Amino acid sequence: MSDITTTDVLIIGAGPIGLFAVFELGLFDMRCHLIDILDRPGGQCAELYPEKPIYDIPGYPVIGAQELVDKLLEQIAPFKPGFTFNRMVTALERLEHGSFRVTTDENEVFDAKVVVIAAGGGSFQPKRPPIPGIEAYEQASVRYAVRRIEDFRDQEVVVVGGGDSALDWTLNLEPVARRVTLVHRRPEFRAAPDNVGKMHALRDAGAIDLVIGQVSGLSGEDGILRSVTVKGADAETEVACTRLLPFFGLTMKLGPVAEWGLHLHENQIPVDTEKFETSEPGIFAIGDINWYPGKLKLILSGFHEAALMTQAAKHIISPKERVVFQYTTSSTSLHKKLGVPD
Amino acid sequence: MTKLTYIAHDGTRFEVEAENGSTVMENAIRNAVPGIEAECGGACACATCHVYVDDAWTAIVGEPEAMEEDMLDFAYEVRPSSRLSCQIKVRDELDGLVVSIPERQG
Ligand SMILES: Cc1cc2nc3c(=O)[nH]c(=O)nc-3n(C[C@H](O)[C@H](O)[C@H](O)COP(=O)(O)OP(=O)(O)OC[C@H]3O[C@@H](n4cnc5c(N)ncnc54)[C@H](O)[C@@H]3O)c2cc1C
Ligand code: FES
Repeated sequence: MSDITTTDVLIIGAGPIGLFAVFELGLFDMRCHLIDILDRPGGQCAELYPEKPIYDIPGYPVIGAQELVDKLLEQIAPFKPGFTFNRMVTALERLEHGSFRVTTDENEVFDAKVVVIAAGGGSFQPKRPPIPGIEAYEQASVRYAVRRIEDFRDQEVVVVGGGDSALDWTLNLEPVARRVTLVHRRPEFRAAPDNVGKMHALRDAGAIDLVIGQVSGLSGEDGILRSVTVKGADAETEVACTRLLPFFGLTMKLGPVAEWGLHLHENQIPVDTEKFETSEPGIFAIGDINWYPGKLKLILSGFHEAALMTQAAKHIISPKERVVFQYTTSSTSLHKKLGVPD
Repeated sequence: MTKLTYIAHDGTRFEVEAENGSTVMENAIRNAVPGIEAECGGACACATCHVYVDDAWTAIVGEPEAMEEDMLDFAYEVRPSSRLSCQIKVRDELDGLVVSIPERQG
């Protein structure tokens, strides 16, 4: 087994609520580690609407979603949280002595005394393009990410999409694959201009094919893909294909959270409104992922939930310590934790 | 009030009265028109509010902006008349607008 990372509180999900929880927990001396399947913090704010203004964050008449994430990161910096990105938490189990073990899809192991599920609307996962019958080919021939280049060696690769991932993998797989065909709906790409230039150069040199159109059908047998049909403006083309790599963006799916033996209420985790604890003592759920009567999926509600959850977490981690209520404005001990000069 | 007509994939027509300034997506959701999902709530971030603008209306409705065009890459069976309905604001000239809803959203 790989090395085990230990922490006081393991937070699943680095959206705005997971981030703010680090602050509240930090004020009470609890060290946090966050894991997210995205490649950066911010959850929905960073992935779905970074440029959009939010108008209902108390104290900010208007703040950009990414700006809010940046400010949260600044706010929690004194507590030096650990981050693990690009990893899905796949398993959550209770260990014999009462603490918890969390495992990722790359088999990293984290042990913590308290687990906070701040998984929002679920984990971000690649969108399955609505091409009829694609499910049948997902085992053998369709990939939504490149985990091992070797898997593409000498294959007829069809990359679909017009963004950075599509362009990156067209360029990176070209030397390895038998043939790479890039399929995009229109001639314009929304990717780094440098890579678009490189792709056009490869196409002009005859090293790859570029087909403008949309994949409308798949053919093959026994789950093994042979070719794809690309519908262009006025013609259909059949393109040989043994590996299909569609890049259709990300969507939120509940994902592994459903498999941890917690009670669920329509894809949300029921909690009490004193501690925001789940059906398993020591496992809390805050933010969009939880449910209680009157629940609103708002950032400000998640912040409140983080503060109350912290009180309960403190009792688990330091059962003998008396928890003293203090204001950040005036408490000298809180100032020290935050690095505020005397 | 401006009249909008949605044609669902099975051919059912939904006629609604819409307020100027609201979006074609919002009116579909408010009136429970099937086939518009609008997962992102109108942020032009999900492409699940895809519609086809009726041929008679494409010129009046206009072309998508760059951000919407990028997002349309994630929609299914995109045609020249495709738009994301959360990016179409209802206004007087659109009185009588007809849009149809694709077989599926992304
Ligand atoms: C377009 C749009 C506009 C919005 N506008 C507002 C607004 O004006 N005001 C407002 O208050 N709210 C608004 N919201 C809602 C707000 O963004 C959410 O309430 C908020 O993001 C919830 O934060 P969270 O931290 O609970 O979850 P999220 O932001 O959803 O983050 C959860 C994170 O957990 C990760 N995750 C889940 N499961 C796993 C796993 N098993 N392994 C690893 N990682 C996992 C996900 O990848 C994700 O990054 C808006 C949402 C959208 C989409
Ligand atoms: S509602 Fe998401 S793009 Fe229109």
